[in-house]
Amino acid sequence: MIVTFDIIILVFLVIAAIISLSVKDLLAAAMVFGIYGFLICLLWAEMGAVDVAFTEATVGAGVSTVLIIATILNTRRRSTD
Amino acid sequence: MEAFFKEAVVPHFNFWIYVIIMMIGLWSVIAKNNLIKKLIGLSIFQTAILLLYVSLGVKEGASIPIIDHHAAERSLVGDAGAINPDLIANPVPHVLMLTAIVVGVATLGVALALCQMIYKDFGTLEEDEVLQKIKALHDDV
Repeated sequence: MIVTFDIIILVFLVIAAIISLSVKDLLAAAMVFGIYGFLICLLWAEMGAVDVAFTEATVGAGVSTVLIIATILNTRRRSTD
Repeated sequence: MEAFFKEAVVPHFNFWIYVIIMMIGLWSVIAKNNLIKKLIGLSIFQTAILLLYVSLGVKEGASIPIIDHHAAERSLVGDAGAINPDLIANPVPHVLMLTAIVVGVATLGVALALCQMIYKDFGTLEEDEVLQKIKALHDDV
């Protein structure tokens, strides 16, 4: 575990979480959520959990973003909050 | 204040951020009006819990939990010092959280499918509008 790397990623993680929940455009929220997933994947790799990092990169950052975008395509892109 | 920072915040930074991310997720589930926003918040809440458990397996100066081939052979022959557990991160929380990630994506998929059904029936994904339409439906009956 590398402490500087850890702290930088964790700060970016909080920023990405807040941005993805506060943008009004749902497609932008989905993309920032993908960035959040990729940041947390970097965090797993940095903490020595490489198996969790692989799964998070494919499933967390990849599949869940695609699922959210597919839902936005079938519904509405605007959000009131 | 500086002593508090050095003793409590920096060595346990993962746990402080775990609490912050968990509260961001909880806030979005309670306060956000859009159903997809709520689901994104729920996923963020889930990753906070994964962060707690994976942080429990971290050791200072430890590497990834893959044993060197020669060390494994030597420990089988009876060399007790061949594998040093201090140099290996604890893999048990990792394996548990691997299952949690996969289950989380499955539940997210089901929840998004339910959102599409709600949109088909009510024409909106905003929680207050959906509740209004359900109330109007009951008043008609």
